[in-house]
Amino acid sequence: MFLKEYISDIAGAVGSLLKGMRRTGWYFLHREEAITQQYPDNRDNMGLPERFRGEVVMPHNEQNEHRCTGCTACELACPNGTIKVVTKFEVNAEGKRKKAVDRFIYHLELCTMCNLCIEACPTDAIKMAQNFEHSVYDRSRLTKILNRPESRLQEGVE
Amino acid sequence: MVEEIGTTEQGDLVINVGPQHPATHGVLHLVITLNGETVKKVEPHLGYIHRSIEKMCESLSYRQFIYATSRMDYLSSHINNHGCALAVEKALQIEVPERAQVIRVLMDELTRIASHVLWWGAMAMDIGAFTPFFHAFREREMINDIMEETCGARLTMNYMVPGGVMFDLHPNFHRRVKEFIRQFHKKLPEYDELVTGNAIFKARTRGVGVLSKEDAISYGCSGPTARASGVDCDIRKLYPYEVYGKLQFEQPLATEGDTYARYLVRMHEMRQSLSIVEQLIDNIPEGEFQAKTKAVLKPPKGEFYSRVETARGEFGVYIVSEGGTTPYRIKYRSPGFSNLSALDHAVRGQKIGDLVAIMGSFDLVIPDIDR
Repeated sequence: MFLKEYISDIAGAVGSLLKGMRRTGWYFLHREEAITQQYPDNRDNMGLPERFRGEVVMPHNEQNEHRCTGCTACELACPNGTIKVVTKFEVNAEGKRKKAVDRFIYHLELCTMCNLCIEACPTDAIKMAQNFEHSVYDRSRLTKILNRPESRLQEGVE
Repeated sequence: MVEEIGTTEQGDLVINVGPQHPATHGVLHLVITLNGETVKKVEPHLGYIHRSIEKMCESLSYRQFIYATSRMDYLSSHINNHGCALAVEKALQIEVPERAQVIRVLMDELTRIASHVLWWGAMAMDIGAFTPFFHAFREREMINDIMEETCGARLTMNYMVPGGVMFDLHPNFHRRVKEFIRQFHKKLPEYDELVTGNAIFKARTRGVGVLSKEDAISYGCSGPTARASGVDCDIRKLYPYEVYGKLQFEQPLATEGDTYARYLVRMHEMRQSLSIVEQLIDNIPEGEFQAKTKAVLKPPKGEFYSRVETARGEFGVYIVSEGGTTPYRIKYRSPGFSNLSALDHAVRGQKIGDLVAIMGSFDLVIPDIDR
């Protein structure tokens, strides 16, 4: 009785093994089922979706103008203190003092890509870029100033 | 803990598994007392991945704290966020639009499938079968791609906001989910062929790590772990939230309470989640995806509790509000912690080789246990 059970157990195990091996063989013969991506060789045609959150950027137009008014809504919305907006006062053509962004400091090393700053921005000045390869040799390089030097606020953005 | 290291009784051996051990799937530290090959006691030591999320959330506003719960049970991060959003909505009495509710439930179920698929691969790997791991990642990748396209991230989506969801569905969403349903229907029998019906797998899991119904209740187990012991504990059935009350789905139950029963319950749950996705994908109502809310959320003074069913069990969020912009106290009831407490009971008297199989069937996610 014991011997019979023992042998049937072994037979069952070998049967299961063969069943699994049949699957393996099937995949060996159907190479089109393989889904391996050859990263980083396929970097150019990876095609990340446009909503993918990689890092916060501030788009500038051809005249080196951005849409950031320096209202610090993003700074308040950020849960980690990733964003620090340093504002300054500019005197416009009519001689009025107006608040403007001096430096938009963004700490990529603290960012969790939660998208709350982009949701909070009233003028769509910042957006998420699809870049995800962030490794650098020096940590200080992850602290970025998003507004370019000599950039101004775009006309008509309040 | 010094006196516990070494032999406790004549012939007993105390060994440490973890915190850096491949079978614990994270930084879980188990102190195991062995008598020969038989496990006498398992003592989990926590604290290696404590990030003080509860305390951290208390300094954040009601919009901000939701993201942090993604870092607890990272495999069902969307469902965790859902629980938080529900609690905030309960406090502020926000009516969530029907479309947002359906989107939330759809994403919940996709997350649940992704989590269970990954568990299936990891469980088979714990037993010693390596191939299923790759098969599991193939299907999980499809869900991750869907998530990436609509939510903007693969794991820590932060797609929930109080009052709805952050963005509307991506135009490709419907097509890709349909594609996934077709693919998953084709691959589920393959899963069964590879692992469920495997004689070696059955021999390793049947009658191993039995948790009786009484023990499962008294240890506070929830989710598939408790349902495999016959405890009727699906929050989606017992306290339906969002549109779950209108859906047709079963709550898989088993009575054996062993490792194989826990395996079968999870396999069955995947099929049920798939059927929920099938029911909803063609019936997404039109309308708003987010209710209009104030810029600064200030719930009234009081205590609010909400619970959701994650892939591992009941996740509860308890908020005490003092009427300010930040919560006074937040407590999370995570399923992993209670499920882990039953591990000692299930493992006692078993062989050391079965410990990994039992632990795999509990589906522990360590950052969820130790938040």
